[in-house]
Amino acid sequence: MSSLGEILAQRGVVVCCGSGGVGKTTVAASMALSAAESGRRTCVVTIDPAKRLADALGLASLTNSPLLVVGDWPGELWAMMLDTKGTFDELIVDNAAESGRAEAILANRVYRNLSGALSGTQEYMASEKLYQLHEDRRFDLVVVDTPPTRNALDFIEAPRRLVRFLDNRVFKVIMTPTRAYLRAATMATRSVLRTMSKVVGAAVVDDAIDFFQAFEGMEGGFRARAAAVTELLASGETAFVLVTSPRSDAVEEALYLADRLGQSRIMVQQVVVNRVHPRFDEPDEGPPALEVTGPLAVLEANLAELRAVADREEACLAVLGQRVTRTPLVRVPILSSDVHDLQGLSEIAKWLVEPAG
Amino acid sequence: MDVASWCRQCRVLVVAGKGGVGKTTVSAAVGVMAANAGLDVLVIQLEGRGGVAALLGHPEDLSYREAALWSAVEGPGRRGRLRGRAITPDDALVDYLQTHGLGKVLYKLLSDGALEVFAMAAPGIRDVLVLGKIKQLELAGAADLIVVDAPAAGHALTFLGSAAGLADVARVGPIRAQATEVAELLGDPARCQVLLVTVPEETPVNEVVETAGRLQSKLGVTLAPVVVNGVFPTLEGLDVDPVAEAARQGARLVPGHARCLQEAATFRIGRQQLQDEQLHRLSDGLALPQLHLPQVFSAEIGHPQVVELAGALAVAVEGL
Repeated sequence: MSSLGEILAQRGVVVCCGSGGVGKTTVAASMALSAAESGRRTCVVTIDPAKRLADALGLASLTNSPLLVVGDWPGELWAMMLDTKGTFDELIVDNAAESGRAEAILANRVYRNLSGALSGTQEYMASEKLYQLHEDRRFDLVVVDTPPTRNALDFIEAPRRLVRFLDNRVFKVIMTPTRAYLRAATMATRSVLRTMSKVVGAAVVDDAIDFFQAFEGMEGGFRARAAAVTELLASGETAFVLVTSPRSDAVEEALYLADRLGQSRIMVQQVVVNRVHPRFDEPDEGPPALEVTGPLAVLEANLAELRAVADREEACLAVLGQRVTRTPLVRVPILSSDVHDLQGLSEIAKWLVEPAG
Repeated sequence: MDVASWCRQCRVLVVAGKGGVGKTTVSAAVGVMAANAGLDVLVIQLEGRGGVAALLGHPEDLSYREAALWSAVEGPGRRGRLRGRAITPDDALVDYLQTHGLGKVLYKLLSDGALEVFAMAAPGIRDVLVLGKIKQLELAGAADLIVVDAPAAGHALTFLGSAAGLADVARVGPIRAQATEVAELLGDPARCQVLLVTVPEETPVNEVVETAGRLQSKLGVTLAPVVVNGVFPTLEGLDVDPVAEAARQGARLVPGHARCLQEAATFRIGRQQLQDEQLHRLSDGLALPQLHLPQVFSAEIGHPQVVELAGALAVAVEGL
């Protein structure tokens, strides 16, 4: 299996996944910087709306199209922040047969809420953007930071999910032309809609029906694109990198994610463990010190506590080594401050591609 | 402040915070602390697996049916107990439809994914169904204290804001009524408060300050003290040279060990400084009392550690 350095040198797409709070955005940006430092034209796509990354890259803000980061390296580093709604709007306009249709969809309340409410829409748009950037000849490598938690699975599943959503049977029945509608609209379907009208109000039901009418005929385009995105993600061009921290909850999520990716026949290529405490290992140099007292006891107590932390982390990580990857885990130590600038990203990049030992 | 009185300040305590700050551990610790103070506590888990049940050594994941998790056995709180259950939007919807005599169309609805479509037209529906169920439990007096292990920070805002958002969309009907009642629950500090959890590090501190501001200004919820989890206890006297000190005591340290002591001390001093800075930033940014929970130094976090944290939390509450 390739090392992270090899992946960054050879692949066209790197997908960073992992649960929230593990520093995924920072790791993604550091990987992109590392690739730029080794001469590749790289674009990093983040979904994290925090301004932190823009600040670290020396940009005023990140937008839905890539901006060039100024720096002294042989390659290029571009960065963008995914705008789910904007990307979806573009997709609708591109797929709509006539312009009136696109406008009707963009104005519909169901559509306006879709990006926030359909689970996986953000992931779907991230994968759509990823596909566009991969096709863009300006970039050799696209690194994408996926939304947190288990939803990262939707990255694979979301394109299909949207198609399934658009194929919803209840609404298919309503949308079929009038005569067929009379035949097909079973009592059950009508009763479902009546019930929903009672619960959520008729306006909401009407909006839903309008939405499906406006979307009619567009599923084909979406389905074709979903298939292309899925194919790219499963191909040898793409590498999935799992980011985690050495805590049991984050490792649990990482294992779950790796299992589910495996079910989609996607292998996790590398596992990055962020913010690992130091171990303070010592060579065996003879008998332990005598019973210590006074000031030394404080030092011993501190060492014992920090070793307990390191041991707990190791115990958590051992499972990852057994179940997810046979390659060594890529460890990034806990650093003395958060990343505030390119230098900070560069420091993390060193740990990513030149693992200790 | 007396722990039992503190726990009785409101009947629903929503525990919220960014991923990875130990929200579930804190939910479990609050639950155990309240049970030990004699309260009948119900912990509600909204997402994920394992969670509170796993922390307390319960063999199964929580489900929609209540499970007994902990009983206080001695002291003033010997009648206290802790139960747990999970509530998902689907469970809450089934329950809602059944109590409103709409059970017949239920399975059709769920199997066709129609709920997903309507949830799109009115995105807060799922959250309001869950909050509505919690409100129903609160009104029914299901427990002295209901502890809700909320979704991660950004989602917590959406989750708690669902009622307000939905009121704009569903203008009439039972969902509207539900949303209004949920908003009343959230706005009444005697019924519901939000306990934010963070850790003494830069980004989590920034996020908790931001989340707190938005919860207060946009949703009008009352915030309980903020819990700072994973605080390294401050060790004094780390700045001694181990070799010189050993020599002073007439002992000799093997060089490898002396180096480890030195490096570990340097590391700890650095962490303590960073931690102090972040705790000050938190005080400056957020005018709430802080409850500090210590970093746990054991090999794993399970039942005994949660009980230990509950004890530490009780001490912090007494100091308020």
